[in-house]
Amino acid sequence: MRAGNAGDADSYRRLLLQLTPVLRAVARRGLAGAGMADTDAEDVVQETLLAIHLKRQSWDEDAPIGPWLRAIARHKMIDTLRRRGRRIDLSIDDFAEVLAGGENEPSMLVADVDRHLECLPAGQRKVVRAIAVDGASISEAAARLSMTKGAVRVALHRGLRALAAKFNGEGT
Amino acid sequence: MKTGDLIRALAADSEVHPMSPGRALALASIPGVAIAFGLHFAVLGLRPHLLTLLGEPRLLFKLWLTFLLVALSGPLALRLVRPGAGVRRAALMLAVVPASLAAANLAELLSVPAAEWGQRLVGTNAVFCLKSIPFLAAAPLVATLLALRQGAPEHPALAGTAAGLFAGAIGAALYATHCPDDSPLFVAAWYTLAIGFVAAVGAVAGWRLLRW
Repeated sequence: MRAGNAGDADSYRRLLLQLTPVLRAVARRGLAGAGMADTDAEDVVQETLLAIHLKRQSWDEDAPIGPWLRAIARHKMIDTLRRRGRRIDLSIDDFAEVLAGGENEPSMLVADVDRHLECLPAGQRKVVRAIAVDGASISEAAARLSMTKGAVRVALHRGLRALAAKFNGEGT
Repeated sequence: MKTGDLIRALAADSEVHPMSPGRALALASIPGVAIAFGLHFAVLGLRPHLLTLLGEPRLLFKLWLTFLLVALSGPLALRLVRPGAGVRRAALMLAVVPASLAAANLAELLSVPAAEWGQRLVGTNAVFCLKSIPFLAAAPLVATLLALRQGAPEHPALAGTAAGLFAGAIGAALYATHCPDDSPLFVAAWYTLAIGFVAAVGAVAGWRLLRW
């Protein structure tokens, strides 16, 4: 995380990838404990990752990172439960066996999670999609979309913030 | 979007270095306090003969108490926007302020005849005090809340309250250099009420602005 804060994108990416299975397990347990469908788990994981990223400056580098991560994951879990609580949840008991998966990311959710991306303004959506889905680097995305690197950076950052806001505003 | 894709986007965004809440607060305090100073000198002004009165224990206590509240509530607000940071020690430290105020009040009651208590409590401009402290605290409160948005409070309303205490204490510290009422009785009644009002505004604003 320290490397990530120092701008080392590769080790930062590895850290987030390593965290993901843990976050996924926590999200599944949390949702199951509240008697909710774990189809939402991937949403919670992505929302937590976004929060970890956008709030990474709130971690004091001299403090242990465990409590910080736990507090963020808990906050996002509570957020989700609160939002879902206001919604009508269809019973998923019938699907329970189909849904009981392992640590793998359920691919059938992709379309569902994608809806957040669709809500972004076109400029941000193109940049986020080029970098996230197509795997372009900042400079590749800049070349492809004929934008400056700076503009790509700004659009990416705003897009991520908007995604986080979309998660937050959902259902409220 | 798959989670792996999201992570790629997050990693690409890591070249931007967001400012830590502490740094943001330090930077935001400069214009916030500068505006408060400007308003103070433009509208209120220093009390006449302030420097010659600095030996006066009641005035010194009043100034010391407001500075103490600034010094203690600032770090508390910063801890409240750091997920997982323990706040108990910082919150307990804050109790030093009401404790010293209570001690000073006791000393005042013992040293001043009972007939003067009422006059010292009401002072000469209580209502003006109630208006001036929030007036001076407004710019610091906005600055503090904006800075705390860099953080991630687990309890936004609580973080907003701490921001309000911090800003209210800055307003009170400035007002204390204008206000002619130095009795701890006056401070306990009116300063507390005014700072409490700013803290309440901070709580509501924090609840709305500091959610993430």
